[in-house]
Amino acid sequence: MTLKNPEYDFKWCPGCGDFGVRRGLENALEKYLAETEQPTENTVVVAGIGCSGNMVHMLEKEQPFGIHGIHGRSLPISMGIKMGNPDLNVIVVAGDGDFLGIGAEHIAPQAMRNLNITAVVMDNGVYGLTKGQSSPTTDLGVITSSTPYGKMEEKVHPLRNYLTMGVSFIGSTISNKVKDMSDMMYEAMSHPGFSIVHVQSPCTEYNNTYEALKGSVKKGIEPLAYDIPEGHDPSDAEAAQEVVNADGIPLGVIFRDTSRPTFDQRVKDTTGSKEMKSVESLIEGFSI
Amino acid sequence: MKKQDFVVRFAGEGGQGVVTSAEGLAQAMAQSGYHVQTFSTFPSQIRGGPTWTQTRIATETVLSPGDELDVLVAFNEYAYENHKDDVAADGVIVYNQGEFEIDASDNVLGMDFDELAKQTGNNRAANFVVMGALAQLVELPLKVLEDFNRERYTRGRPSDQQIIDSNNMALSLGSVEADKSGLVLGEIAEAVKPEGEQILVNGNIAISLGATAAGLDTFVGYPISPATPILLWMEQNLVGEGKFVYQSTSEIESITSIVGAGFAGKKAMTSTAGPGFSLMGEGLGLAWMAEIPLVVVNVQRGGPSTGLPTKTEQSDLLTALYPGHGDIKLPVIAPGTVEECFYAGIMAVNWAERYQGPVVLLSEHAMSERRQNIPRPDMSKVEIEKRKTYEGSNGYLRYDGFELSPMPIPGGSGAYIANGSEHDAMGDTTHLPARHIQMTERRFSKLNLLNDGNFESENESAKVALVPWGGSKGSVLAAYNQLVNEGLDLAWYYSMYVHPMPEGMLAALREKDLVIVPELNYMGQFASVLRSEGIKAVAITQYTGLPFKVGELATRVKDLVSNSVAEGVSV
Ligand SMILES: Cc1ncc(C[n+]2csc(CCOP(=O)(O)OP(=O)(O)O)c2C)c(N)n1
Ligand code: SF4
Ligand SMILES: [Mg+2]
Repeated sequence: MTLKNPEYDFKWCPGCGDFGVRRGLENALEKYLAETEQPTENTVVVAGIGCSGNMVHMLEKEQPFGIHGIHGRSLPISMGIKMGNPDLNVIVVAGDGDFLGIGAEHIAPQAMRNLNITAVVMDNGVYGLTKGQSSPTTDLGVITSSTPYGKMEEKVHPLRNYLTMGVSFIGSTISNKVKDMSDMMYEAMSHPGFSIVHVQSPCTEYNNTYEALKGSVKKGIEPLAYDIPEGHDPSDAEAAQEVVNADGIPLGVIFRDTSRPTFDQRVKDTTGSKEMKSVESLIEGFSI
Repeated sequence: MKKQDFVVRFAGEGGQGVVTSAEGLAQAMAQSGYHVQTFSTFPSQIRGGPTWTQTRIATETVLSPGDELDVLVAFNEYAYENHKDDVAADGVIVYNQGEFEIDASDNVLGMDFDELAKQTGNNRAANFVVMGALAQLVELPLKVLEDFNRERYTRGRPSDQQIIDSNNMALSLGSVEADKSGLVLGEIAEAVKPEGEQILVNGNIAISLGATAAGLDTFVGYPISPATPILLWMEQNLVGEGKFVYQSTSEIESITSIVGAGFAGKKAMTSTAGPGFSLMGEGLGLAWMAEIPLVVVNVQRGGPSTGLPTKTEQSDLLTALYPGHGDIKLPVIAPGTVEECFYAGIMAVNWAERYQGPVVLLSEHAMSERRQNIPRPDMSKVEIEKRKTYEGSNGYLRYDGFELSPMPIPGGSGAYIANGSEHDAMGDTTHLPARHIQMTERRFSKLNLLNDGNFESENESAKVALVPWGGSKGSVLAAYNQLVNEGLDLAWYYSMYVHPMPEGMLAALREKDLVIVPELNYMGQFASVLRSEGIKAVAITQYTGLPFKVGELATRVKDLVSNSVAEGVSV
């Protein structure tokens, strides 16, 4: 929408990781819709507030529905949409501050429900839109505009938390590997249950971590990010635990559990299979 | 003259059968054609703690809980000490002699509730012992209560007959005790059966039934007194394919998930009370901004903060109108009776659908627990509305223009972005002044679609008007009737449509020299709203956590009128 719309004036900074995430998401969506033979309007993109959430306005191919709500609440909004119409393909796009800070309380409940949506979390370790304050994933001791003497709390480990909370699909990827990311997002959309694709999406303006993530031979910097070894079995919870406990940023599908029913299936089987009384007979129950 | 009206208060400790007694009596009397209304306040603790419930029985529609008691049934000494002053001069105190002793005085009837129950072979028959005594005091034929007993306990279980027999025995034991005492209150007049079928419900159930009748699809709520029964009712009854009812993890989750449901094309609702409503402010702003239909029921309790969770107040009006930051003023429907709760449930959903935005249904604690006989709703007279949806081709400008436009539904054509940031016609974020002007005016213009509410009026030519709102309606109407009988020239105006208020009512009120607004809050919230509409409104406030007493209120109205006359208002 954005390119055709002169009124929309938000732009990502040159080199922002979110550009790559957009490409990955567009490709994954295209493939998913083709495979499942769904029209684009069957997809709803639910955006958090942040540079990342602006994704919903930036998609350049055929337009899905979107909702750009309030800071931190994309998960409960997506629950209302999905449970209102379980046939929709619902995708959350949010930043680390939105998803893991103000909105953190919403992750565990959706994991327990196994809400069948896909969340794409763009982690840049900083609050981009509000110009560079520390975020839950900012490292201890780092100086940001809001931590002038260094950050005084330890950073959150999102992947460990997702696993502990019972998220049924956990993938970790990086914004410059568009093909891998897109494949992972496609898998996540196809996954029956709550899937999170956690993307390292560096903020070139306030927290440029490209070098740290990818390393530099020239400067002798070891890369933080590494591919999860080929043999890893995502259905093995213990193996997944080892991956998230290790140092660094593992790249690949970490965990996948397809054995649990989705939330909409549970509702369908529990209250959905009951027959509702007519309004007349509900009223009749109170007659004197 | 026979007694037309009979007020009994049952007071004791949670678990002593206080509520069962009061509600059983109400049910029994309603079944034999009397008008009834109950009123309760509960302790916050789960078990034990002082509690009381009042039942008012009359031959005409009951408007208020009753200022004075004909009978106080005291289950323990604390209850006696705390409530004895509310007993009318010619009233009677029935007390549980098994628990405590009152020094002999001429209007007390002591009996050992539990010992008498034991004699029937059913330890749980104590409330029937009490009801038997009450019947004797007002010369009510025991048959009325026996019929109720039989109907209530015929449940197809082997023990049915035994329970029915022991309860009947309890009724006569109680009646004999009252007879022995020689106390009488006077014979209660025979019931004049209300015209048409009646149902016995409280405000929370009436709202739930109304919203369900309006075609509700989705309900998400978080437990909070006094709104919890609505959530529980929905969990139980709003089932079947396509329905989604769920207990959320917070009111933030409640409101934002029904924003999602409303966006997805569903009729969606949540219910809460003060603290939860505060948490919903941001989500309500989103629904207003992005033009998403939904309903929030706020069953008011005493505030601010955790406030008085189990007491009544009408102090959330301003926050209901202005729940969030920025230019926003929500439609508010505040039913004044249990019967209106049903229609408010319907109209709140209808309004949300019609103007494509959030609607607040403002009830209150006193009404949520108030069980009353009301005419059975006639579903054939109820119109159910549905939002205008967009069915055209893609490339639609969802937010074009200054007025309501059809709403695309995900899965169908016309994809757009429902945006809580200021946006352009297709829903993309924008900061252009012209857009903010257009969209602000658009959002407010849609309120004009809701101007069709009805209102009540009496004696329109008077220069002074009495104008209640919400759950105080009944008590204020009783005071109004009393004052008019005394010869005061007073007009009456009332509507449950608090915003937008019916144009005709606003216009009439602007012509008055004085508009008196009795309301249960400190700030005089509704009066201040009326003043902002150019109406000379003055509040009579009360902030005790309890409803108005009719007599006291009538006196305050009279005083206010005569003071105003002294200041030059013509009556
Ligand atoms: C309730 C609320 N609090 C604060 C803000 C201000 N705010 C907007 S975006 C943001 C942080 C965004 O950080 P993140 O989610 O990491 O997104 P990024 O911009 O880094 O992509 C904040 C604090 C807001 N919009 N709403
Ligand atoms: S501030 Fe950072 S996150 Fe935001 S657009 Fe610029 S580079 Fe991207
Ligand atoms: Mg961020």
